[in-house]
Amino acid sequence: MGDHLFEFLLRQGDNTLILSHRISEWCGHAPIIEEDIALANIALDLLGQTQMWLGLAAEVEGAGRSADDLAMLRDAWDFRNSILVERPNGDFGQTMMRQFLFDAYHVELLNRLVSSADERIAAIAAKSLKEVEYHVERSASIVIALGDGSEESHARMQAALDDQWTFAGELFETDAGDHALNDAGIAPLPSELRAGFNARATAVLGDATLIIPETTFAHSGGRSGKRHSEHLGHLLTQMQWLQRAYPGATW
Amino acid sequence: MSDQNTSPRTEWPLWEIFIRGQHGMSHRHVGSLHAPDAEMAIKNARDVYTRRNEGVSIWVVEAEKITASSPSDKGPMYEPSQSKVYRHPTFFDIPDDVGAM
Repeated sequence: MGDHLFEFLLRQGDNTLILSHRISEWCGHAPIIEEDIALANIALDLLGQTQMWLGLAAEVEGAGRSADDLAMLRDAWDFRNSILVERPNGDFGQTMMRQFLFDAYHVELLNRLVSSADERIAAIAAKSLKEVEYHVERSASIVIALGDGSEESHARMQAALDDQWTFAGELFETDAGDHALNDAGIAPLPSELRAGFNARATAVLGDATLIIPETTFAHSGGRSGKRHSEHLGHLLTQMQWLQRAYPGATW
Repeated sequence: MSDQNTSPRTEWPLWEIFIRGQHGMSHRHVGSLHAPDAEMAIKNARDVYTRRNEGVSIWVVEAEKITASSPSDKGPMYEPSQSKVYRHPTFFDIPDDVGAM
């Protein structure tokens, strides 16, 4: 159980960490300053959640590692984030589409985790949920505005959806560890979150006049750590270089 | 969007933002920002102006909807009241338990 729990906590913390880093790349580059600040806020929310998830992961592991060690001193194959969040930002529309797909999953997950049998997980979920409910409201309204916007913005959002839909499937991948945690009342099966996600995605993407691809194919390999995309290593060289070059450096 | 009769807009409209603080009694003007519509202006205001826990309520007003007094009318508008000290209710003793007025 300890291994399954550690793995579960890494998956949560790595998703929020890697997405936070990706969003932070927009800092100073967003189309307008208001959006720049909003994206930075969301990146910081996710980084705060990362501290809690990886902090608990380190505690559960009991190997003397800290949340910072887990974030900054692991290599790509040790990361357990879904491939969706490590993919490059693309244009603003692609970033917002990825954000909406992740937020729509994230809010379903946290809604279930607030009643986890593990109090520590329930507490992290309760704090995160307030932030993520806002994230999904914001990303959904931007997806709708751009999807149901000009000819160009619509085309870009449809391309973003076509490009990313098959990466969202991995969020709902379910393995033996998930079953063990579900049996213990600690976490829901990821596959159970799909219906709520689909309902929200269908409603929002419908309002955005976008068409969901018909394929059921889903990319896989991130949350198991077996086959991340080539993008994760590049992201880590950026994110980790300071700790790698100056081990133990602090503020 | 709105029916502007001038050349095509290249920017979103400007919104003036008013925030009621935790302990404040009325909404206070805190600044302005751009947004495509009122709902998005509220969201942007939340992100730009309440990130340090400044507020519990937000008002947004499209800047062009505000009618302002003209600076050139300053004399006739305001100077007449400068010499009327009797309009200040400073001659009354206000009991402490009345609180803030």
